[in-house]
Amino acid sequence: MRSRWSYVYFAFYLALGFVLLFLNNDVNKAIITLMNIIIVLTPLIGTIFGVMYYYNSKEFTELLLAQPIKRNTIFMGQYLGIAISLTLSLVLGLGIPFLLYGLLRSTAIFDFGLLLVVGSFLNFIFVALAFNIALSNENKIKGFGYAILLWLFLAVIYDGVFLISLVMFNEYPLDKLALTASMLNPIDLSRILILLKLDISALLGYTGAVFKNFFGTNQGLILSLFILLLWVVFPVWRINRKLRKKDF
Amino acid sequence: MIEINNLYKKFGKLSVLDGLDLEIKSGGIFAILGPNGSGKTTLIKSVLGMVIPDSGEIKIDNNSVLNQWDYRNQINYLPQIANFPANLTVNELLAMVKNLRPKAANEKELISVFGLESFLDKKLGNLSGGTKQKVNIVLTFMFDSDLIILDEPTTGLDPIALIHLKEIIQSEKEKGKTLLITTHIMSLVDEIADEIVFLLDGNIYFKGSVDQLKTQTGQTSLERAIANLIAKENV
Repeated sequence: MRSRWSYVYFAFYLALGFVLLFLNNDVNKAIITLMNIIIVLTPLIGTIFGVMYYYNSKEFTELLLAQPIKRNTIFMGQYLGIAISLTLSLVLGLGIPFLLYGLLRSTAIFDFGLLLVVGSFLNFIFVALAFNIALSNENKIKGFGYAILLWLFLAVIYDGVFLISLVMFNEYPLDKLALTASMLNPIDLSRILILLKLDISALLGYTGAVFKNFFGTNQGLILSLFILLLWVVFPVWRINRKLRKKDF
Repeated sequence: MIEINNLYKKFGKLSVLDGLDLEIKSGGIFAILGPNGSGKTTLIKSVLGMVIPDSGEIKIDNNSVLNQWDYRNQINYLPQIANFPANLTVNELLAMVKNLRPKAANEKELISVFGLESFLDKKLGNLSGGTKQKVNIVLTFMFDSDLIILDEPTTGLDPIALIHLKEIIQSEKEKGKTLLITTHIMSLVDEIADEIVFLLDGNIYFKGSVDQLKTQTGQTSLERAIANLIAKENV
């Protein structure tokens, strides 16, 4: 793939990594700031890139469809192409400054690794969701609109609704509900996963304790990663299903 | 041989193919004609598997092609609108398509016929419409396949390129290939087509040779004969 944008994106992360390290002068603190950025930004970039790429390469896709290749192969190739190049930008762009700064000698290496893993998952999830949206909408503007809306919903609105519901129902035991609700949103799930690994869960108060009990354990970690994996598998499966019926 | 049975396709409420039956024997040039929106492109795309019919059967050489993909190795397809990724050069595009097909390609000859040598390193986004169409034609004819499908092959071509195109079509026919062509240029049909398939409202309205069509409608020119066909339907 010869996409200029993935280089820009790579350069952006590279710069971001250096600047954060420079300003914070501490790997641990930089990771926290970075988390906030990754959690919001990777889904956004993944969604936008996914939708943009699909619509831009439409003619090219049609050319390929007339060739002796399976439909699934074409689209899975495109999907993996974007997701992998975005992930590479993320991992290399952030990895290089941190490595140079002496990540290997610090204790934060595991946290940093988790951050990158979660970031990569978010890339794969949101590119897949973007493809789903683009496949279902012939109209470019509509597709873009839905994609942005999806991101906005999962990144911002979901949290708001979640908080309001917690406040409204605070007489009831909410641990289960809170857990399930955060499982259903990949962005929330990633955020909690990293926060807890960073051991700042005391800030979260009571619910923090509940989360800590659950996510803090290895079991919780594995389950969370498994759910993130489901978030990748399900949209990808739906892409393939959609393709079987799609006209070009 | 292509055999199409009872093909139905709807886009939303609009029924494009309405129980279409068609049999096309191997060898020769078949012109698929019809007014705008009569389902020509949909029919072709169904054969290619780009459009998935609601019901019906498409067989090539007695094998059903629905949900298959490797049969496309035996089809060369010239799409109606030549849209290529703008950031590739002509050479890169040719290399890529060759890469996709496990077949020998003879693009050199075609490139020189259409005088495309000086464009080979140019980006496709910077080419004019007619040049793009020439690239499109090179891509289509560079493989040796039994079935060749051309959707509006003449759009944007200059007269010289048009003559070359006709020569290529004739020479492919002489090799015993089957060519399906859709076009609105009747003189081209008159000149090259062995048989006419006339589509109207998603069904075959007429199938036969040019002469048959002329006698049936009592017209001397093909253009008028076709106009006559369309007009009759509207009365």
